[in-house]
Amino acid sequence: MNTGFAITTGSMFATIISVANINWHGMFFAIFALAACAMAVAVVLTDNVVRMAFYLVLSLGATAGLFFLAGAEFVGAMQLMIYVGGTLVLLVFGVMLTAQAPFVSMKTPQRDWVLASILAVCLLAVLVQASVGVDAWRTAAVSVGGGVQREAPEPSATPLGMALLGMRVDNDSSGIVTPSIRSGYLLPFEIVSIHLLVVLVGAAYLARAKRRRTPRAVETAGQSELKEEVRVAS
Amino acid sequence: MADFLIHTGGLPDWIAWAITASLAAFFILNVIAGGALAFIWAERKIAARIQDRLGPTRTGGKFGWLQSLADGIKLLTKEDLMPDGADGLLFRLAPYVSFCASFAAFIALPFAFDFVGQRLNVGVFFVIAVLGLEVFGVILAGYASASKWSLFGAMREAAQVVSYEVPLGMCVVVPVMLAGSMDLVTIGEKQAGWFFQWYLFHDPFTFITFWIYVTCAVASVNRAPFDLAEAESELVAGFHTEYSGLRWSFFFMAEYGSMFLVSALAAILFLGGWNGPVPVASLLGLSDGSGDTTGYFVRLAGCANLMTKATLGVLIMMWVRWTLPRLRIDQVMTTCLKYCTPIAAVMFVGAMLWTLALPGGFFRGLGRPAGEIREGWLLGPGGMSLQVQKNGEAPPSSSRFEQSESPVSQVGL
Repeated sequence: MNTGFAITTGSMFATIISVANINWHGMFFAIFALAACAMAVAVVLTDNVVRMAFYLVLSLGATAGLFFLAGAEFVGAMQLMIYVGGTLVLLVFGVMLTAQAPFVSMKTPQRDWVLASILAVCLLAVLVQASVGVDAWRTAAVSVGGGVQREAPEPSATPLGMALLGMRVDNDSSGIVTPSIRSGYLLPFEIVSIHLLVVLVGAAYLARAKRRRTPRAVETAGQSELKEEVRVAS
Repeated sequence: MADFLIHTGGLPDWIAWAITASLAAFFILNVIAGGALAFIWAERKIAARIQDRLGPTRTGGKFGWLQSLADGIKLLTKEDLMPDGADGLLFRLAPYVSFCASFAAFIALPFAFDFVGQRLNVGVFFVIAVLGLEVFGVILAGYASASKWSLFGAMREAAQVVSYEVPLGMCVVVPVMLAGSMDLVTIGEKQAGWFFQWYLFHDPFTFITFWIYVTCAVASVNRAPFDLAEAESELVAGFHTEYSGLRWSFFFMAEYGSMFLVSALAAILFLGGWNGPVPVASLLGLSDGSGDTTGYFVRLAGCANLMTKATLGVLIMMWVRWTLPRLRIDQVMTTCLKYCTPIAAVMFVGAMLWTLALPGGFFRGLGRPAGEIREGWLLGPGGMSLQVQKNGEAPPSSSRFEQSESPVSQVGL
C-alpha cells in the first residue's frame, strides 16, 4: 500500500476520533471489576447451587483478569488453576454426586442473612482500610495513551520460585546467591507440602474400601444362600 | 504492529492497539474455526479409510472436501432444542464456556518466535490452567440437561480430567525445568538448531516423558480411547445428548481447538516448536529475531513448521481414536494413577539428575549454536552455585525483546 495514502487516511481517521481517547487499561479494569462484583452479588442472590458455582467461576475469572491486567501473570494463572479449575470443578462434582433432586436449591433463613451481612460489612471495612492505608499503593503508574508505563521491569515468576527454594534474589544485589534455609521460604514451603501430603494420605485412608475379614469360602456360601432365598421369594 | 500503525499510519494510540488486538483475536478464532472444519473432514476420511470405507466423496467434487461446510450450514439451520426440565441459563451458556476456555488458551500460544497473542512469562502454566477450564463447560452441560445420560457423562469427564491434570502437569514440568523458564517463547527458542536439540532427544527420560504427555493430553481433551464422557455405546452421546444445532457444534469446535492446542503445546515443549528438523534459516544466515522482512519470512516459515507439527499430532490422535477400543472407567483411572503418574514422577527426577550430570544434553556440543546456554537462571555444572541477575534488570531470557509498556501492545503479529 502507498505510504502517503496510508498517512492521509490515517490522519483523517485521527481527526475524526481524536476527540475521544479511550484508556484501554482503565476500560478493561472497569469491565473486569464490574464483572467480578456483579457476579459476586449474583452468587449471593441465587438459590441454585450449581448456578452459584457458575457465577463464582465468572467472578473468580474476572479477578484473574484483574491480576493479568496488573501484570501479575503468575497469580492470575494460579487463580485460574486452583480456584476456577480445581476447587469449583470439585464443588460441582460433589453436588452432582450427592444431590437427591435434579436441581438443588437452598433457601437462606433471615437471621443468616443478617449475620452474613454484618460479617461482610466488617470484612469490607477492613479491606478498604487496608487498600487505602498503604501509601505506596496510592501512586499508580502514569497512564499514557492506551497503556501504562511501567518503571519496574516486566515481573517474572522466577524470583518467586527461587525464594521458595531458599534464594531471595529480589533482596540480594551481589549477584551470587547461596541458598540457606532462613533467607527464603523453603521451610514454610516444605512444611505446607508435608502437611498436604499427610492430609491426602489421611483422606485416602478414611475413604478406602473396607474389606471384610471373613474367609472367601464362607462368603461365597453366604451369597449362594442369598440367591436361593431370592429365588424362593420370587 | 501497533507501532507501525501509530508511526506510519498516524493513528492515535488507542485505536492502533484496538486494531492490533482484534486482528490477533481474529487470527486465533480462525485457527480454531477453520481448523475444526478441516479436522472434521480429515477425521471422517481417516475413520472411513481405517474402516475400509470411502467416507464423504460427493460434496464439493473430489474427496468430499466441502462436506464440513455443508455440515456447518445444516447445523445453522437446525432447531435449537432444549429439554423441558433443563436449567435454561446453564444449558444455554455451557457450550460458550467450553469454547471460551479453548479460545483463551490460544492467547498465550506462540506460533513462531514473535507470533504470539500475548507473551506471558508463565505461558505453559497459563495454557494448562485455562485448558482445565474446558471441563467446566462439559460438566455444566451434563448437569443442566437434566438427563441421566448427560449427568453420567459429565461425572465421568470430571473425574477423568481432574485425575489426568496431575501427570500432565508433571510431564510439562520437565521441559520447563530444562529450559529454565515457563515462557513458551523461551522454551521454543532454546531448542533451535538441528532436530537433536529438541527436548524429545535431550535424554532418555524426556523421550519417555513425551509419550506420557501424549497419553495424558489425549485423555485431557476427552478423545478416544478416553472418550468416556460421550461413550456412544453406553450413554447415547454422553454430555451432549440433549444438544443440537449450533450449540452442539460449539462443543465440537472446542474439542478440535483443544486437540490442536495440546498438539501445538507438545510441539513447543518437546518437538522444537517452530524450529524445523534442519535449521535451514540459520544455515542461510537468517535469523527469526531480526526486525526486517527476512526475519518476518523466517518467522512465517516457523509458523508453518509449528502448524505442520501440530496438525500431525491431531492426525495421530485420530489414528489412535479409530484404532484402539474405549477403556472402561476403572481402566482409565488405573492408567492415570498407577502408570502415568508414577512414571512421570520418575522421569521428572531422572531428567533432573541427567541435567545435573550432563548439562549440555545427550548430544553435547553437536551443532549447538554459540551462546545458546546463556548465563542466568541455569544451574551450572558445579551444582548449586547460581549466577543470577541483579535486582532491577530484565531477565536474560527476554533480552532479545523490547519490553513493551502495555499488556495490550504486546500483540506482536
